[in-house]
Amino acid sequence: MYKLLLCWRYLRTRYIALVCIVSVMLGVATMVVVNSVMAGFTHEMQVRLNGMLGDLVLESRSMDGAADAEAAMETIRQTAGDAVVGMSPTVSVPALMYIDVGGQSLTRQITMVGIDESTYADVSQFGDYLQHPDNREQLQFELRDDGYDVYDHQIEDQSDMKPRQAMADAGWRYRRYKAMLKAQQREQRRRADAARMQALAASGVDPQAGFGETGAADSAAVPGGANDDANPATAFSDPFATAAGDEQPQGRDFDPANETHTGIVVGMGICSWRGSDGADQFIALPGDDVRVSFPKASLPPEAISEFYTVVDFYESKMQEYDASFVFVPLRKLQESRGMIDPTTGIAKFTSIQIKLAPGVDANQVRDQLQEAFPSELFLVSTWRDKQGPLLAAVQMETAVLNVLLFMIVAVAGFGILAIFFMIVVEKTRDIGILKSLGASAGGVMGIFLTYGVSLGAVGAGVGVAIGLAFTHYINEIADLLSQLTGQPVFDPAVYYFYKIPTIVNPLTVAWIALGAVLIAVAASVLPALRAAKLHPVRALRYE
Amino acid sequence: MSELRANLAAVSGGDASLVAPRRAAHATAPHVRLAPLPAGVVDAAPVLLGCRGLQKSYRKGAHQIPVLQGIDLEVRQGEFLAIVGQSGSGKSTLLHLLGTLDRPDEGQVHFDGSRIDNLPAATHDLLRNRYFGMIFQFYHLLPELSTLANVLAPALIAESTLGYWRRRRDYRRRALDLLELVGLSHRLKHKPRELSGGEMQRAAIARALLMQPRVLLADEPTGNLDRSTGEAVMQTLIELNRQSGLTIVMVTHDRWIAEQADRTVQLVEGRIAD
Ligand SMILES: Nc1ncnc2c1ncn2[C@@H]1O[C@H](COP(=O)(O)OP(=O)(O)OP(=O)(O)O)[C@@H](O)[C@H]1O
Ligand SMILES: [Mg+2]
Repeated sequence: MYKLLLCWRYLRTRYIALVCIVSVMLGVATMVVVNSVMAGFTHEMQVRLNGMLGDLVLESRSMDGAADAEAAMETIRQTAGDAVVGMSPTVSVPALMYIDVGGQSLTRQITMVGIDESTYADVSQFGDYLQHPDNREQLQFELRDDGYDVYDHQIEDQSDMKPRQAMADAGWRYRRYKAMLKAQQREQRRRADAARMQALAASGVDPQAGFGETGAADSAAVPGGANDDANPATAFSDPFATAAGDEQPQGRDFDPANETHTGIVVGMGICSWRGSDGADQFIALPGDDVRVSFPKASLPPEAISEFYTVVDFYESKMQEYDASFVFVPLRKLQESRGMIDPTTGIAKFTSIQIKLAPGVDANQVRDQLQEAFPSELFLVSTWRDKQGPLLAAVQMETAVLNVLLFMIVAVAGFGILAIFFMIVVEKTRDIGILKSLGASAGGVMGIFLTYGVSLGAVGAGVGVAIGLAFTHYINEIADLLSQLTGQPVFDPAVYYFYKIPTIVNPLTVAWIALGAVLIAVAASVLPALRAAKLHPVRALRYE
Repeated sequence: MSELRANLAAVSGGDASLVAPRRAAHATAPHVRLAPLPAGVVDAAPVLLGCRGLQKSYRKGAHQIPVLQGIDLEVRQGEFLAIVGQSGSGKSTLLHLLGTLDRPDEGQVHFDGSRIDNLPAATHDLLRNRYFGMIFQFYHLLPELSTLANVLAPALIAESTLGYWRRRRDYRRRALDLLELVGLSHRLKHKPRELSGGEMQRAAIARALLMQPRVLLADEPTGNLDRSTGEAVMQTLIELNRQSGLTIVMVTHDRWIAEQADRTVQLVEGRIAD
């Protein structure tokens, strides 16, 4: 009884104890915040990674693929049975993409993925990341009239983000308008040429030679005259804007105003970038044509170059993916790369994406499948395997942060140790008095242990409260800090999140609090032992 | 081990009312016995506390400082014994040994017919809590607690939280009675540092009496007080002895104070002088 009473009195009258509480509190609060933010990031990242990659992937070890996806899928079905709920064969190939910006050709290194649009949505969240509502329902590699998202549909709270005004114009309307401008421009040029020809003919120069010269000048004049046609706001005001890549139309009478090339879905990061103000700038829009070069699956490899029409963007918010992947119809890619056997009509594939039933152990199915396929030709991996280094790095980061932060709490523990020793020395006489009144060594020890537990518990409790509050308002706090310092604390251009994602894991919070209390108790054990061992007479004589 | 247990049983033996506060009979007065003892009875009373061949020396490096060199002493029930001696003669040391705050190098301490110096620490704690009351020259009150809480401290130590809660009214009433007895009823909420020396010593006396001890061990209770305050404290002690029959062992170097006791022994160079 006296333990609690004295403990309470000491707690109330020793302001130095507050220092211990504050240090424990700060340590605990930081740990709660850091863990919540890291958990948020990790979760966000995993959802996106898993959304992009199927649960399991069967890959051909050859870049040119392996034959007969149907047979492979049948084997998978027989091996894994009910565990598999969806499969989709794909072909991927490294490629170069040329985007025409104001007449300049921008080259991007990409990975081109042929997908089967009817089944691909079954194995990944790919569909959710598209920018046209109808494509999200069912992807079609066709250009839509309009109605592409201006507001990011993946963000619930739109208040913080800048609308993508450019997307409002994307679609057929944009394509026709560009085609019209192009036609006008060509007409103008033709008239100018005709006038020059007449003038030349009148001056007696050989018209044939003159034509050659002006033709060369023309092609140079096109890029010079067009600028910034990626931005329709300026494109509309600029009559010389050029549609990308339509200088060499496929087929003779390709009419860009009414026809498209094969559709291609391009990663958001390939066609746009985010300025530091949070607004997205586009260099191409759905409706523009792009050119892609990639190797054929033949020996020796032969590079081919094809035109595609951008029909949609996808935005997984994984920078790594958004900036490198483009998707085209599987059949088209197989044809172009010569992956279809002309006699049997069986096409090759490079990988099969597999969706597993919820709750199925992916590693187990992976091992089953790996046994069913020759491992020198096929590799089966889970999405976690594929992103192993990245996930491990994030985990490592979290672990290191936790160790460092726990050091802070440990330092607070040493503070408690020192301060407790001080209090024990200061209270030596009181300890003697208590012993002369019959308090046991255990009882005296109990005072200081209870004291330690109280400090730890109060510190941890307040720390958890502050940490949770901070986590809850972390975006507001980041905004406030940005305003105060003029430096963006959380730059959406870097992270591709509009908000700092947080997940509070109650178990983690409980562990942190428990750890802090344990440290406080551990730190008070030594002083408490010393107090318990004090000889009563010596303590009473202590001045 | 069996010896220890027998001793322990003998110490706390039978008389349960010693452990629990006596509620019904003496609710209003904390005195153990109300009637004054007739003269001569003390001499016939049984020995309550005593020691035989008590030796204690302090060790300072290689030096042995002999403080007590064979003390034989008997204190009878109801007796008021004064121990006098020069400063440094070992009076406090003797009192600490009698009160089980320290263990002797040689010799034995007896209480109520049993040897107590060799009992385990837990039993010593119990003895000090229930059977011995102690007061000191420097009062030794707990600075964080109010006067009332200080007086209640032995009960807080004796009881578990629940037990104290159940009997808190009895303890409180008893503490208030004792504070009235020593004339401190008006200082209940004051902290020790807000009290005068005399008041603090009287609070210490009340605290020593809370658990109805069999013997009161006082180490220079007036040593730090002026003459008249000291006399008042002495008066309180004498009254307790005369009216309640409380056994008191008091250490002092003041001959005048010692004269008021029933008997005085002198400590010279670690021995009782005759
Ligand atoms: N812890 C210790 N170590 C060494 N010597 C000690 C220790 N405690 C006490 N002494 C010595 O023991 C002797 C007796 O001390 P004690 O306090 O019993 O004397 P006292 O008679 O009570 O004196 P006073 O009247 O001044 O209180 C003294 O000489 C003292 O120096
Ligand atoms: Mg002394």
